[in-house]
Amino acid sequence: MIEKTGIASLEQVKQEFPDKVVLKKPKAIIECYKEIPCNPCHTSCPFEAIYIPEDINVRPKIDFDKCTGCGICVYNCPGLAIMVTQIKDGKIAMRIPYEFTPLPEVNQTVYVVNRAGERISEAKVTRVQISEKQNKTALIAIELDEQYLYEAITIEVHHGS
Amino acid sequence: MRQAEVVIIGAGPAGLAAAKPLLDVGAEVTLIDRSAMLGGQLTKQTHMFFGSEKQHASKRGIDILKLMVEAIETYPNLTVLTETTVVGLYADKVVSCVKDDHYFKIQAQYILIAAGASEKSLPFENNDIPGVYAAGAVQTLMNVYGVKPGDRVIMVGSGNIGLIVSYQLMQAGVQVPLLLEAADTISGYLVHASKIRRLGVDIRMNTSIKRALGETSVEAAEIWQLDENWQGIEGTETIIPCDTICLSVGLAPLTELLQQAGAEVKYVRELGGHVPKINQHYETSLDAVYACGDVAGIEEASSAMISGHIAGIEIALKAGYTVANANDILPRLRHDLRNLREGPHGEKIRIGLKKLGVA
Repeated sequence: MIEKTGIASLEQVKQEFPDKVVLKKPKAIIECYKEIPCNPCHTSCPFEAIYIPEDINVRPKIDFDKCTGCGICVYNCPGLAIMVTQIKDGKIAMRIPYEFTPLPEVNQTVYVVNRAGERISEAKVTRVQISEKQNKTALIAIELDEQYLYEAITIEVHHGS
Repeated sequence: MRQAEVVIIGAGPAGLAAAKPLLDVGAEVTLIDRSAMLGGQLTKQTHMFFGSEKQHASKRGIDILKLMVEAIETYPNLTVLTETTVVGLYADKVVSCVKDDHYFKIQAQYILIAAGASEKSLPFENNDIPGVYAAGAVQTLMNVYGVKPGDRVIMVGSGNIGLIVSYQLMQAGVQVPLLLEAADTISGYLVHASKIRRLGVDIRMNTSIKRALGETSVEAAEIWQLDENWQGIEGTETIIPCDTICLSVGLAPLTELLQQAGAEVKYVRELGGHVPKINQHYETSLDAVYACGDVAGIEEASSAMISGHIAGIEIALKAGYTVANANDILPRLRHDLRNLREGPHGEKIRIGLKKLGVA
Protein backbone atom coordinates (compact mmCIF):
# COMPACT_ATOMS: atom_id res chain seq x y z
CA MET A 1 0.00 0.00 0.00
CA ILE A 2 1.14 3.48 -0.89
CA GLU A 3 1.57 4.66 2.72
CA LYS A 4 4.23 2.00 3.19
CA THR A 5 5.83 1.73 -0.25
CA GLY A 6 5.22 4.97 -2.11
CA ILE A 7 3.59 2.90 -4.87
CA ALA A 8 -0.02 3.60 -5.77
CA SER A 9 -2.12 0.50 -6.46
CA LEU A 10 -3.62 -0.11 -9.89
CA GLU A 11 -7.09 0.64 -8.45
CA GLN A 12 -5.88 3.97 -7.10
CA VAL A 13 -4.24 4.85 -10.40
CA LYS A 14 -7.32 3.93 -12.45
CA GLN A 15 -9.52 6.16 -10.31
CA GLU A 16 -7.49 9.16 -11.40
CA PHE A 17 -7.93 8.40 -15.11
CA PRO A 18 -10.98 9.38 -17.15
CA ASP A 19 -12.69 7.01 -19.55
CA LYS A 20 -10.43 6.07 -22.47
CA VAL A 21 -12.72 7.91 -24.89
CA VAL A 22 -11.94 11.15 -23.07
CA LEU A 23 -8.22 10.51 -23.58
CA LYS A 24 -8.55 10.99 -27.32
CA LYS A 25 -7.58 14.48 -26.30
CA PRO A 26 -4.67 15.11 -23.93
CA LYS A 27 -5.65 15.33 -20.26
CA ALA A 28 -3.81 15.96 -17.02
CA ILE A 29 -3.69 12.97 -14.69
CA ILE A 30 -3.24 14.00 -11.08
CA GLU A 31 -1.85 11.51 -8.59
CA CYS A 32 -2.14 13.33 -5.29
CA TYR A 33 -3.39 10.57 -3.01
CA LYS A 34 -3.18 12.22 0.38
CA GLU A 35 -4.18 15.61 1.71
CA ILE A 36 -1.28 18.05 1.87
CA PRO A 37 -1.41 21.84 2.23
CA CYS A 38 -0.76 22.73 -1.39
CA ASN A 39 -2.64 24.31 -4.30
CA PRO A 40 -0.40 25.44 -7.24
CA CYS A 41 -2.20 23.04 -9.64
CA HIS A 42 -5.41 24.93 -8.92
CA THR A 43 -3.95 28.44 -9.11
CA SER A 44 -1.76 27.76 -12.17
CA CYS A 45 -4.48 26.26 -14.39
CA PRO A 46 -5.52 28.87 -16.99
CA PHE A 47 -8.75 26.97 -17.72
CA GLU A 48 -10.01 26.57 -14.13
CA ALA A 49 -10.06 22.84 -14.70
CA ILE A 50 -8.46 21.93 -11.38
CA TYR A 51 -10.25 22.82 -8.21
CA ILE A 52 -8.98 23.04 -4.63
CA PRO A 53 -11.20 24.94 -2.17
CA GLU A 54 -10.24 27.55 0.42
CA ASP A 55 -8.87 24.73 2.62
CA ILE A 56 -5.77 23.94 0.56
CA ASN A 57 -5.43 20.52 2.19
CA VAL A 58 -8.31 19.16 0.14
CA ARG A 59 -7.17 16.94 -2.73
CA PRO A 60 -7.42 18.46 -6.22
CA LYS A 61 -10.46 17.69 -8.38
CA ILE A 62 -10.08 17.86 -12.14
CA ASP A 63 -12.80 18.63 -14.66
CA PHE A 64 -11.75 16.73 -17.78
CA ASP A 65 -14.20 18.76 -19.88
CA LYS A 66 -12.25 21.90 -19.12
CA CYS A 67 -8.73 20.40 -19.15
CA THR A 68 -6.93 21.03 -22.44
CA GLY A 69 -3.83 19.04 -21.55
CA CYS A 70 -1.67 22.16 -21.82
CA GLY A 71 0.78 20.88 -19.18
CA ILE A 72 1.10 24.06 -17.14
CA CYS A 73 0.06 22.26 -13.94
CA VAL A 74 2.65 19.55 -14.64
CA TYR A 75 5.64 21.83 -14.10
CA ASN A 76 3.89 23.82 -11.37
CA CYS A 77 3.18 20.81 -9.17
CA PRO A 78 5.84 20.74 -6.41
CA GLY A 79 5.22 17.02 -5.94
CA LEU A 80 5.78 16.16 -9.62
CA ALA A 81 2.51 14.29 -9.29
CA ILE A 82 0.88 15.29 -12.57
CA MET A 83 1.40 14.09 -16.14
CA VAL A 84 -0.49 14.63 -19.38
CA THR A 85 -1.71 11.59 -21.29
CA GLN A 86 -3.46 11.05 -24.60
CA ILE A 87 -4.42 7.95 -26.58
CA LYS A 88 -4.01 8.12 -30.33
CA ASP A 89 -3.92 5.26 -32.84
CA GLY A 90 -3.32 2.57 -30.23
CA LYS A 91 -0.45 4.50 -28.71
CA ILE A 92 -0.23 6.74 -25.72
CA ALA A 93 1.43 10.11 -25.89
CA MET A 94 2.61 11.17 -22.45
CA ARG A 95 4.21 14.30 -21.14
CA ILE A 96 6.00 13.88 -17.84
CA PRO A 97 7.89 16.29 -15.56
CA TYR A 98 11.65 15.75 -15.53
CA GLU A 99 14.31 17.37 -13.34
CA PHE A 100 17.55 15.63 -14.22
CA THR A 101 20.42 16.80 -16.37
CA PRO A 102 21.43 16.37 -19.07
CA LEU A 103 17.97 16.33 -20.59
CA PRO A 104 17.26 13.59 -23.13
CA GLU A 105 17.18 14.61 -26.76
CA VAL A 106 14.36 14.32 -29.25
CA ASN A 107 14.38 10.88 -30.91
CA GLN A 108 16.52 9.42 -28.15
CA THR A 109 15.36 6.04 -26.90
CA VAL A 110 14.73 5.95 -23.16
CA TYR A 111 13.43 3.36 -20.72
CA VAL A 112 9.90 3.77 -19.45
CA VAL A 113 9.49 2.83 -15.81
CA ASN A 114 6.51 2.02 -13.62
CA ARG A 115 5.63 3.33 -10.15
CA ALA A 116 7.98 0.83 -8.54
CA GLY A 117 10.89 2.05 -10.64
CA GLU A 118 10.98 -1.08 -12.85
CA ARG A 119 11.68 -0.77 -16.55
CA ILE A 120 8.59 -1.83 -18.48
CA SER A 121 9.30 -0.66 -22.00
CA GLU A 122 11.35 1.57 -24.20
CA ALA A 123 10.11 4.71 -25.88
CA LYS A 124 11.26 7.46 -28.17
CA VAL A 125 11.37 11.00 -26.92
CA THR A 126 9.17 13.09 -29.19
CA ARG A 127 9.56 16.49 -27.58
CA VAL A 128 11.61 18.20 -24.89
CA GLN A 129 10.01 21.32 -23.49
CA ILE A 130 11.95 23.66 -21.21
CA SER A 131 11.40 27.38 -20.89
CA GLU A 132 12.13 30.12 -18.40
CA LYS A 133 8.64 29.94 -16.89
CA GLN A 134 8.97 26.22 -16.29
CA ASN A 135 11.69 27.05 -13.77
CA LYS A 136 13.91 24.03 -14.41
CA THR A 137 11.17 21.39 -14.58
CA ALA A 138 11.29 20.07 -18.14
CA LEU A 139 8.39 18.35 -19.83
CA ILE A 140 9.42 15.26 -21.76
CA ALA A 141 7.03 13.85 -24.33
CA ILE A 142 7.20 10.15 -25.20
CA GLU A 143 5.11 7.75 -27.25
CA LEU A 144 4.54 4.15 -26.29
CA ASP A 145 2.13 1.26 -26.61
CA GLU A 146 -1.35 1.70 -25.16
CA GLN A 147 -1.02 -1.35 -22.90
CA TYR A 148 1.18 0.71 -20.56
CA LEU A 149 -1.49 3.36 -19.96
CA TYR A 150 -1.86 2.73 -16.23
CA GLU A 151 1.73 1.63 -15.68
CA ALA A 152 4.06 4.15 -17.28
CA ILE A 153 5.02 6.97 -14.95
CA THR A 154 8.47 8.29 -15.81
CA ILE A 155 11.57 7.66 -17.89
CA GLU A 156 15.09 6.52 -17.22
CA VAL A 157 17.67 8.08 -19.46
CA HIS A 158 20.84 6.25 -20.28
CA HIS A 159 23.67 8.55 -21.03
CA GLY A 160 26.62 7.61 -23.15
CA SER A 161 24.67 4.83 -24.81
CA MET B 1 27.83 48.90 23.71
CA ARG B 2 26.01 48.89 20.37
CA GLN B 3 22.35 49.85 20.46
CA ALA B 4 19.62 48.32 18.35
CA GLU B 5 15.91 48.79 18.39
CA VAL B 6 15.08 45.30 17.17
CA VAL B 7 17.54 42.41 17.01
CA ILE B 8 16.48 39.41 14.93
CA ILE B 9 18.57 36.34 15.59
CA GLY B 10 18.51 34.05 12.59
CA ALA B 11 18.00 35.12 8.96
CA GLY B 12 16.13 32.06 7.69
CA PRO B 13 12.58 32.15 6.33
CA ALA B 14 11.14 33.24 9.72
CA GLY B 15 13.70 35.97 10.43
CA LEU B 16 13.59 37.39 6.90
CA ALA B 17 9.79 37.44 6.92
CA ALA B 18 9.79 39.21 10.30
CA ALA B 19 12.26 41.89 9.20
CA LYS B 20 10.09 43.22 6.36
CA PRO B 21 7.12 44.65 8.33
CA LEU B 22 9.50 46.10 10.93
CA LEU B 23 11.59 47.83 8.26
CA ASP B 24 8.40 49.06 6.60
CA VAL B 25 7.36 50.99 9.71
CA GLY B 26 10.85 52.48 10.06
CA ALA B 27 12.18 50.40 12.97
CA GLU B 28 15.96 50.03 13.23
CA VAL B 29 16.51 46.31 12.64
CA THR B 30 19.71 44.37 13.20
CA LEU B 31 19.56 40.99 11.51
CA ILE B 32 22.13 38.48 12.72
CA ASP B 33 23.09 35.16 11.18
CA ARG B 34 26.03 32.86 11.79
CA SER B 35 26.33 31.97 8.10
CA ALA B 36 27.94 34.05 5.39
CA MET B 37 24.70 33.88 3.41
CA LEU B 38 21.25 35.02 4.44
CA GLY B 39 18.41 32.55 4.09
CA GLY B 40 19.04 29.72 6.55
CA GLN B 41 17.72 26.47 5.15
CA LEU B 42 16.40 28.23 2.04
CA THR B 43 19.98 28.45 0.72
CA LYS B 44 19.92 24.75 -0.09
CA GLN B 45 16.28 24.12 -0.91
CA THR B 46 16.36 23.55 -4.64
CA HIS B 47 12.90 21.95 -4.69
CA MET B 48 9.57 23.62 -5.34
CA PHE B 49 7.63 24.66 -2.25
CA PHE B 50 4.21 23.47 -1.22
CA GLY B 51 1.56 25.72 0.29
CA SER B 52 -0.31 28.42 -1.58
CA GLU B 53 0.83 31.34 -3.71
CA LYS B 54 0.93 33.57 -0.63
CA GLN B 55 3.82 31.45 0.64
CA HIS B 56 5.43 31.34 -2.82
CA ALA B 57 4.22 27.78 -3.52
CA SER B 58 5.65 26.16 -6.65
CA LYS B 59 8.73 28.41 -6.50
CA ARG B 60 12.03 26.85 -5.47
CA GLY B 61 13.40 27.65 -2.00
CA ILE B 62 16.54 29.25 -3.43
CA ASP B 63 14.39 31.59 -5.54
CA ILE B 64 12.12 32.44 -2.60
CA LEU B 65 15.25 33.40 -0.70
CA LYS B 66 16.21 35.88 -3.43
CA LEU B 67 12.76 37.46 -3.30
CA MET B 68 12.87 37.74 0.48
CA VAL B 69 16.33 39.29 0.54
CA GLU B 70 15.50 41.69 -2.30
CA ALA B 71 12.45 42.79 -0.33
CA ILE B 72 14.57 44.07 2.57
CA GLU B 73 18.15 44.71 1.45
CA THR B 74 17.74 48.32 0.32
CA TYR B 75 16.25 49.61 3.57
CA PRO B 76 18.60 52.13 5.22
CA ASN B 77 17.24 51.12 8.64
CA LEU B 78 18.53 47.56 8.21
CA THR B 79 21.88 46.38 9.64
CA VAL B 80 22.96 42.91 8.59
CA LEU B 81 25.56 40.99 10.59
CA THR B 82 26.54 37.77 8.80
CA GLU B 83 29.13 35.26 10.02
CA THR B 84 28.10 36.43 13.45
CA THR B 85 27.27 33.94 16.17
CA VAL B 86 25.10 34.98 19.08
CA VAL B 87 26.78 33.38 22.09
CA GLY B 88 24.72 34.86 24.88
CA LEU B 89 21.32 36.32 25.55
CA TYR B 90 20.34 38.03 28.78
CA ALA B 91 16.99 38.97 30.26
CA ASP B 92 17.90 42.68 30.12
CA LYS B 93 17.99 42.22 26.34
CA VAL B 94 21.74 42.25 25.94
CA VAL B 95 22.84 40.13 22.98
CA SER B 96 26.48 39.06 22.96
CA CYS B 97 28.01 38.14 19.63
CA VAL B 98 31.22 36.84 18.11
CA LYS B 99 32.29 37.88 14.63
CA ASP B 100 35.79 37.35 13.21
CA ASP B 101 37.08 36.37 16.67
CA HIS B 102 35.81 39.68 17.95
CA TYR B 103 33.37 39.73 20.88
CA PHE B 104 30.82 42.49 21.23
CA LYS B 105 27.49 43.21 22.84
CA ILE B 106 24.29 44.77 21.57
CA GLN B 107 21.69 46.39 23.78
CA ALA B 108 18.35 45.70 22.14
CA GLN B 109 14.88 47.00 22.92
CA TYR B 110 13.14 44.10 21.22
CA ILE B 111 14.52 40.68 20.37
CA LEU B 112 13.14 38.09 18.01
CA ILE B 113 14.63 34.62 18.19
CA ALA B 114 14.30 32.90 14.83
CA ALA B 115 17.25 30.58 15.34
CA GLY B 116 15.64 27.54 13.74
CA ALA B 117 16.57 24.02 14.68
CA SER B 118 19.37 21.48 14.68
CA GLU B 119 19.30 17.95 13.35
CA LYS B 120 18.79 15.03 15.68
CA SER B 121 21.06 12.02 15.53
CA LEU B 122 20.51 8.31 16.06
CA PRO B 123 22.45 6.05 18.40
CA PHE B 124 23.96 3.01 16.70
CA GLU B 125 27.35 1.32 16.63
CA ASN B 126 29.94 3.22 14.60
CA ASN B 127 27.72 6.24 14.07
CA ASP B 128 30.81 8.42 14.51
CA ILE B 129 32.82 7.14 11.55
CA PRO B 130 33.25 9.29 8.45
CA GLY B 131 30.39 8.78 6.01
CA VAL B 132 27.63 9.06 8.59
CA TYR B 133 25.90 12.38 8.00
CA ALA B 134 22.77 14.23 8.93
CA ALA B 135 20.56 14.79 5.86
CA GLY B 136 20.67 18.56 6.17
CA ALA B 137 24.46 18.47 6.17
CA VAL B 138 24.44 16.41 3.00
CA GLN B 139 22.03 18.90 1.44
CA THR B 140 24.34 21.78 2.38
CA LEU B 141 27.38 20.01 0.94
CA MET B 142 25.64 19.30 -2.35
CA ASN B 143 23.44 22.29 -2.93
CA VAL B 144 25.42 25.11 -1.32
CA TYR B 145 29.01 23.99 -1.85
CA GLY B 146 28.67 21.66 -4.83
CA VAL B 147 30.36 18.77 -3.05
CA LYS B 148 29.14 15.23 -3.72
CA PRO B 149 28.91 13.52 -0.31
CA GLY B 150 29.34 9.96 -1.58
CA ASP B 151 28.42 7.60 -4.39
CA ARG B 152 25.94 5.29 -2.67
CA VAL B 153 23.75 6.54 0.13
CA ILE B 154 21.36 4.82 2.50
CA MET B 155 18.79 7.23 3.86
CA VAL B 156 17.37 6.75 7.34
CA GLY B 157 14.00 8.44 7.92
CA SER B 158 10.99 9.01 5.67
CA GLY B 159 10.06 12.54 6.69
CA ASN B 160 10.00 15.21 4.01
CA ILE B 161 13.69 16.00 4.52
CA GLY B 162 14.72 12.36 4.03
CA LEU B 163 12.53 12.03 0.94
CA ILE B 164 13.59 15.34 -0.60
CA VAL B 165 17.30 14.90 0.09
CA SER B 166 17.13 11.40 -1.44
CA TYR B 167 15.70 12.94 -4.61
CA GLN B 168 18.33 15.68 -4.66
CA LEU B 169 21.11 13.13 -4.15
CA MET B 170 19.88 11.32 -7.25
CA GLN B 171 19.74 14.61 -9.12
CA ALA B 172 23.42 15.01 -8.21
CA GLY B 173 24.16 11.59 -9.67
CA VAL B 174 24.37 9.71 -6.37
CA GLN B 175 22.78 6.27 -5.99
CA VAL B 176 20.17 5.91 -3.26
CA PRO B 177 19.23 2.22 -3.21
CA LEU B 178 17.36 2.25 0.08
CA LEU B 179 15.40 4.41 2.47
CA LEU B 180 14.56 3.08 5.94
CA GLU B 181 11.73 4.07 8.25
CA ALA B 182 11.32 2.83 11.82
CA ALA B 183 7.58 3.53 11.89
CA ASP B 184 5.02 1.53 9.93
CA THR B 185 4.04 4.27 7.47
CA ILE B 186 5.85 6.94 5.46
CA SER B 187 5.88 10.12 7.53
CA GLY B 188 6.48 12.72 4.79
CA TYR B 189 4.28 13.64 1.83
CA LEU B 190 3.37 10.64 -0.32
CA VAL B 191 4.04 12.59 -3.52
CA HIS B 192 7.69 12.90 -2.44
CA ALA B 193 7.84 9.19 -1.61
CA SER B 194 6.30 8.19 -4.95
CA LYS B 195 8.74 10.49 -6.73
CA ILE B 196 11.77 8.60 -5.40
CA ARG B 197 10.14 5.17 -5.45
CA ARG B 198 9.62 5.46 -9.22
CA LEU B 199 13.32 6.28 -9.52
CA GLY B 200 14.09 2.95 -7.91
CA VAL B 201 14.55 3.77 -4.21
CA ASP B 202 13.45 0.80 -2.10
CA ILE B 203 11.40 2.24 0.78
CA ARG B 204 11.16 -0.07 3.79
CA MET B 205 8.99 0.35 6.86
CA ASN B 206 9.70 -1.00 10.37
CA THR B 207 13.38 -1.08 9.53
CA SER B 208 16.36 0.74 10.96
CA ILE B 209 20.09 0.74 11.03
CA LYS B 210 21.84 -1.54 13.51
CA ARG B 211 25.39 -0.44 12.88
CA ALA B 212 27.69 1.08 10.35
CA LEU B 213 30.46 -1.14 9.02
CA GLY B 214 33.87 0.10 7.95
CA GLU B 215 37.35 0.64 9.34
CA THR B 216 38.13 4.24 8.44
CA SER B 217 34.87 5.21 6.79
CA VAL B 218 31.48 3.71 5.97
CA GLU B 219 31.65 0.63 3.74
CA ALA B 220 28.23 -0.84 4.49
CA ALA B 221 25.20 -0.55 6.71
CA GLU B 222 23.82 -3.40 8.73
CA ILE B 223 20.08 -2.95 8.86
CA TRP B 224 17.38 -4.86 10.69
CA GLN B 225 13.65 -5.02 11.10
CA LEU B 226 11.98 -3.51 14.13
CA ASP B 227 9.12 -4.89 16.18
CA GLU B 228 6.11 -2.81 17.21
CA ASN B 229 8.11 -1.37 20.11
CA TRP B 230 10.83 -0.24 17.70
CA GLN B 231 13.22 -2.90 19.03
CA GLY B 232 15.50 -4.63 16.55
CA ILE B 233 14.58 -8.24 15.74
CA GLU B 234 17.55 -10.60 15.97
CA GLY B 235 18.07 -12.66 12.85
CA THR B 236 16.64 -10.09 10.44
CA GLU B 237 19.97 -8.35 9.84
CA THR B 238 21.08 -7.63 6.28
CA ILE B 239 24.28 -5.93 5.16
CA ILE B 240 23.91 -3.32 2.43
CA PRO B 241 27.06 -1.92 0.80
CA CYS B 242 27.19 1.89 0.80
CA ASP B 243 29.70 4.67 1.43
CA THR B 244 27.31 7.09 3.10
CA ILE B 245 24.60 6.77 5.74
CA CYS B 246 22.34 9.77 5.86
CA LEU B 247 20.24 10.41 8.97
CA SER B 248 16.99 12.26 8.65
CA VAL B 249 15.47 11.55 12.03
CA GLY B 250 13.99 14.85 13.06
CA LEU B 251 14.88 18.32 14.19
CA ALA B 252 15.20 19.93 17.61
CA PRO B 253 14.42 23.64 18.21
CA LEU B 254 17.49 25.74 19.08
CA THR B 255 16.16 27.20 22.31
CA GLU B 256 19.47 27.46 24.20
CA LEU B 257 19.62 31.25 23.98
CA LEU B 258 16.06 31.56 25.24
CA GLN B 259 16.81 29.22 28.11
CA GLN B 260 19.93 31.15 29.00
CA ALA B 261 17.94 34.37 29.14
CA GLY B 262 15.48 32.65 31.47
CA ALA B 263 12.52 32.31 29.14
CA GLU B 264 10.07 29.66 30.19
CA VAL B 265 10.30 26.56 28.01
CA LYS B 266 8.33 23.35 27.88
CA TYR B 267 9.21 19.95 26.48
CA VAL B 268 6.67 19.11 23.79
CA ARG B 269 7.58 16.00 21.83
CA GLU B 270 5.32 16.91 18.90
CA LEU B 271 7.10 20.23 18.46
CA GLY B 272 10.54 18.62 18.43
CA GLY B 273 11.72 19.13 22.02
CA HIS B 274 12.01 22.13 24.32
CA VAL B 275 10.08 25.09 22.97
CA PRO B 276 9.46 28.53 24.46
CA LYS B 277 6.07 29.24 25.96
CA ILE B 278 4.81 31.96 23.67
CA ASN B 279 1.53 33.83 23.73
CA GLN B 280 -0.63 34.52 20.67
CA HIS B 281 1.57 37.55 19.89
CA TYR B 282 4.67 35.29 19.70
CA GLU B 283 6.09 36.91 22.84
CA THR B 284 7.92 34.60 25.23
CA SER B 285 7.63 34.77 29.02
CA LEU B 286 10.29 37.52 28.85
CA ASP B 287 9.00 40.98 28.08
CA ALA B 288 9.84 42.13 24.52
CA VAL B 289 11.56 38.84 23.65
CA TYR B 290 9.76 37.01 20.84
CA ALA B 291 10.22 33.66 19.10
CA CYS B 292 8.99 32.38 15.73
CA GLY B 293 9.76 29.77 13.11
CA ASP B 294 11.19 26.35 13.95
CA VAL B 295 12.60 27.51 17.29
CA ALA B 296 8.98 27.70 18.46
CA GLY B 297 8.13 24.25 17.09
CA ILE B 298 9.28 22.25 14.06
CA GLU B 299 7.19 22.89 10.95
CA GLU B 300 7.56 23.50 7.25
CA ALA B 301 9.32 26.64 5.94
CA SER B 302 6.03 28.02 4.63
CA SER B 303 4.72 28.10 8.23
CA ALA B 304 7.96 29.74 9.38
CA MET B 305 7.47 32.54 6.86
CA ILE B 306 3.95 33.23 8.12
CA SER B 307 4.85 33.06 11.81
CA GLY B 308 7.78 35.40 11.11
CA HIS B 309 5.51 37.85 9.31
CA ILE B 310 3.08 37.83 12.24
CA ALA B 311 5.85 38.20 14.84
CA GLY B 312 7.35 41.15 12.93
CA ILE B 313 4.01 42.95 12.90
CA GLU B 314 3.38 42.15 16.56
CA ILE B 315 6.74 43.64 17.56
CA ALA B 316 6.08 46.76 15.49
CA LEU B 317 2.71 47.19 17.22
CA LYS B 318 4.19 46.63 20.66
CA ALA B 319 6.88 49.22 19.89
CA GLY B 320 4.13 51.73 19.20
CA TYR B 321 4.30 51.88 15.44
CA THR B 322 1.22 52.09 13.27
CA VAL B 323 1.11 49.13 10.93
CA ALA B 324 -1.11 49.85 7.94
CA ASN B 325 -4.08 47.47 7.78
CA ALA B 326 -2.79 45.39 10.71
CA ASN B 327 -6.37 44.57 11.64
CA ASP B 328 -6.88 42.94 8.25
CA ILE B 329 -3.45 41.43 7.76
CA LEU B 330 -3.01 39.71 11.12
CA PRO B 331 -6.26 37.70 11.07
CA ARG B 332 -5.56 36.72 7.47
CA LEU B 333 -2.05 35.49 8.31
CA ARG B 334 -3.35 33.53 11.31
CA HIS B 335 -5.99 32.01 9.06
CA ASP B 336 -3.37 31.01 6.46
CA LEU B 337 -1.24 29.43 9.17
CA ARG B 338 -4.19 27.47 10.56
CA ASN B 339 -4.93 26.31 7.02
CA LEU B 340 -1.38 25.00 6.52
CA ARG B 341 -1.77 23.02 9.74
CA GLU B 342 -5.20 21.62 8.93
CA GLY B 343 -4.53 18.40 7.00
CA PRO B 344 -3.34 15.03 8.33
CA HIS B 345 0.28 16.23 8.18
CA GLY B 346 -0.60 19.12 10.50
CA GLU B 347 -1.92 16.86 13.24
CA LYS B 348 1.36 16.67 15.13
CA ILE B 349 1.78 20.41 15.26
CA ARG B 350 -1.87 20.89 16.27
CA ILE B 351 -1.41 18.48 19.20
CA GLY B 352 1.88 20.12 20.12
CA LEU B 353 0.48 23.64 20.15
CA LYS B 354 -2.43 22.47 22.28
CA LYS B 355 0.01 21.00 24.81
CA LEU B 356 1.91 24.26 24.78
CA GLY B 357 -1.34 26.11 25.34
CA VAL B 358 -1.17 28.40 22.31
CA ALA B 359 -3.65 26.69 19.98
